[in-house]
Amino acid sequence: MLKYLEPHSEPVVETLRIAKVSRRGFLGTTGAFALAAYAMPARAFDKYPTGAEGMPHGVVEDPLVFVSIDADGTVTLVAHRSEMGTGSRTSIPMVMADEMEADWNLVKIVQAPGDEPKYGNQDTDGSRSMRHHIQMARKIGGSVRTMLAQAAANEWGVDPATVTVEMHEVKGPAGQSAGFGDLAAAAMALPVPTHEEIAYKSEDQFRYIGKGEVQITDLRDITTGAAVYGGDVMLDGMKFAVVARPPVVGGKAASFDATEALAVPGVESVHEIPYGGLAQKFAPLGGIAVVASNTWAALKGRDALKIEWEAGEHGSYNSDAYMEEMIATSEQPGSLARDQGDLDAAFGDAARTFTRTYTQAHIAHIPMEPPAAIASYTAEGLEIWAPVQSPYTVRNDIAEAMALDPENVRVNVTLLGGGFGRKSKADFVTEAALLSREVGAPVRMQWTREDDVRHSFYHTTSAERIEVSLDAEDNVTGWLHRSVAPSILSTFAPDEGNVLPLEQGMGLNDVPFDIANIRCESGKALAHTRIGWFRAVSNIPHAWAIGSFVGELADELGKDQRTMWLELIGAPRQLDPQNSGLPDNFWNYGEPMAEFPIDTGKMAHVLNVAADGIGYGKDLPEGEGIGLAVHRSFVSYVACAAHVKIVDGRITVPEMHMAIDCGFCANPERVESQIQGAAVMGMSVALHSGITFENGAVVQSNFYDYDVVRSDNYPTVTTHIIPHPFSVHATGVGEPGVPPVAPAIANGLYAATGDRRRSLPMGVNV
Amino acid sequence: MATFTVNGKSVTLDVDDDTPLLWALRDELRLTGTKFGCGIAQCGACTVMLDGAPVRSCQTQVGTLDGAEITTIEGLDGPEAEAVQNAWTKIDVPQCGWCQSGQVMAATALLKDTPKPSDADIDNAMWGNVCRCATYVRIRAAIHDAADTLEG
Repeated sequence: MLKYLEPHSEPVVETLRIAKVSRRGFLGTTGAFALAAYAMPARAFDKYPTGAEGMPHGVVEDPLVFVSIDADGTVTLVAHRSEMGTGSRTSIPMVMADEMEADWNLVKIVQAPGDEPKYGNQDTDGSRSMRHHIQMARKIGGSVRTMLAQAAANEWGVDPATVTVEMHEVKGPAGQSAGFGDLAAAAMALPVPTHEEIAYKSEDQFRYIGKGEVQITDLRDITTGAAVYGGDVMLDGMKFAVVARPPVVGGKAASFDATEALAVPGVESVHEIPYGGLAQKFAPLGGIAVVASNTWAALKGRDALKIEWEAGEHGSYNSDAYMEEMIATSEQPGSLARDQGDLDAAFGDAARTFTRTYTQAHIAHIPMEPPAAIASYTAEGLEIWAPVQSPYTVRNDIAEAMALDPENVRVNVTLLGGGFGRKSKADFVTEAALLSREVGAPVRMQWTREDDVRHSFYHTTSAERIEVSLDAEDNVTGWLHRSVAPSILSTFAPDEGNVLPLEQGMGLNDVPFDIANIRCESGKALAHTRIGWFRAVSNIPHAWAIGSFVGELADELGKDQRTMWLELIGAPRQLDPQNSGLPDNFWNYGEPMAEFPIDTGKMAHVLNVAADGIGYGKDLPEGEGIGLAVHRSFVSYVACAAHVKIVDGRITVPEMHMAIDCGFCANPERVESQIQGAAVMGMSVALHSGITFENGAVVQSNFYDYDVVRSDNYPTVTTHIIPHPFSVHATGVGEPGVPPVAPAIANGLYAATGDRRRSLPMGVNV
Repeated sequence: MATFTVNGKSVTLDVDDDTPLLWALRDELRLTGTKFGCGIAQCGACTVMLDGAPVRSCQTQVGTLDGAEITTIEGLDGPEAEAVQNAWTKIDVPQCGWCQSGQVMAATALLKDTPKPSDADIDNAMWGNVCRCATYVRIRAAIHDAADTLEG
């Protein structure tokens, strides 16, 4: 049996149950309306299927797993998703509390460790937290409220239909009253009601859902420095470690001399970590680890290592040459991702064609908290504290890497100081665990910013070629989009240069344009670095290309951008996957098409809202312009209208209007903050952030050569959230704000200056 | 071996003189509210007050601190700090929160020097504090709010 160490921080709750049993609570089964069937009239919301059922371990709706109520009435809710800034740690429990009629001031939130069989899927990415858990959270909250009411009815001997639950109080028809704590034990002993047995709140009864007034649970701790992140957990006897990793993925130390490193005061030991490479999932890159009594000694020790690196097979990876190859590949037919109509006939009959090619460099996530993790290995097992997006994956990966029983590995999830996809990959956690076993003490693994920039799982690099056929009246009759980019698949399996359906589904073959003949193709590109996923993933290059192309086509045909977009999007309709030339394995973000269709009406609407919001078409001084772009991703629709202004030879973006249709919006305040953040992160992608390779190694290293948007040049962002009732399914929020931003800025730059840029990052100077 | 105060308490640290204050705070004193972001004074996450003025603790060597007064986020107080922290809460500034200790430090220092900053004052003063979640819009609003509170 593994015993868990007590961290200095607030301990993670180990098991959840009714904390204390009150005397009154024991009366649970003696009432007139005892058990089994709930008598309440149903007022269920219409349940709908989502991709959640298809995720590993699906969704767990057992209130006993997620809710406990103390005798004093304190409601403790489990947050099972990782908090990296989106607010899901607050928003999902908020939905539970609302449907439960709990007073938010009496709610505590505890973070679940990695345990998907217990909690359901915990993989916090894909903009899925609210999309996959809003129904579950309502069900859990509604179950608890129903059980509390039934327990009260039993105790009072009344019809449960006459019992009301309001703000932490249960009331009977004759003026009876009980608190949640009074009824908790009896309630939790009752059977969990089915969906149909729950009288859900109507939307006008929501207290917290949809209001945007509940503040994130860690708000005060963050502003006072008390919040606990990955590297902040302090264990007695802890050692501090850093690793010198091979500059080229798949490389290794041909030889090394640690004599001088071991002479640095505070350095205690040096260890060689097994080498990784491509197709090894999230395994560490390997290298030479220095373990010391403090971080600074470890860093000095690492500097003192003498290592001869062998580059290995990826030592000839050079970004310039690679980009030329990808562009050349895009000139040739690739594998079909969509074939609608007869493109060859369209091009054969065309009056003319119009072709452009767009490129994009790799991107590194650089969350403000560089990767860091704490591991404590003892004879009894392994305990981890780490800022990870997928703690159960971490648990299993580490157990496998270290030949441990997963039952003896516990992964505690701290707050994440940003994730953006980087912290889905827990190579840094495995490093900490391996070293803790080696040195027989708790170890904190610390990555420096240089480590982070140079040893990431990079967003792919791409070349995108789009060609359209035009008839004599300048109608677009054919659309050919060839995308060439190394695939995420190469991180998991030996690379044959092909992308996955999910990468094609992110903006390539789901293009919703009203064009009769559409062909989308993927060209081969072999990966030479670890390809991961960065906020919005393949949507970034696809939206970049499509959005820029629409801007160029508008100019070519003498139309304004809005008109061009709306013509291409066409009349409001839902894309019919059966008659659109899409492959059987078309990927709709894992969601059923019937419930989460591709809706051109929504797409046009967000475009119009953003364009109207910024005043598209208004007169602007010379050197200023507005760019438009819209993109569907993570089954949401986001449009960006960017006002570009040239100031002292620099591209500035003083204003953006972003419009998002994310279906029903549970927490508008956090949706706004996500969209504000995505707008600015998209601007970093547009202007600043590019990772390039020379001889297999990353050229950039820290903020001075891998810069991001700072406070001297960022837009005021006005966020328009399209309102919807609950019946319009909640969709993704964290990621879909990013893709339309770069093409909107490029189109705005062109409008301002006539300068058309086709490579990301564009650079900030004109 | 330098002796200085941290949040009003005298400390003597047995670490190399070239140890950055950042790592001394985090590893030795276990004051983890001060965050590591870049190590080269490019991001502001590690900002602390040295004798009342903001410095990057990743570039402040412990050996230079004899007799100095250090204030970290854990010990930050005074009317400006209180106004800033309250404004941060009121305006829901943080997303992931990692950079916010440094942002709060920098904003507090700004308001001590410039009680009624303009947008340009704010954007210039906060230039060195990177927020990858991009809370800049709300940071600016929160600093204005704090300034209004202080003005009464």
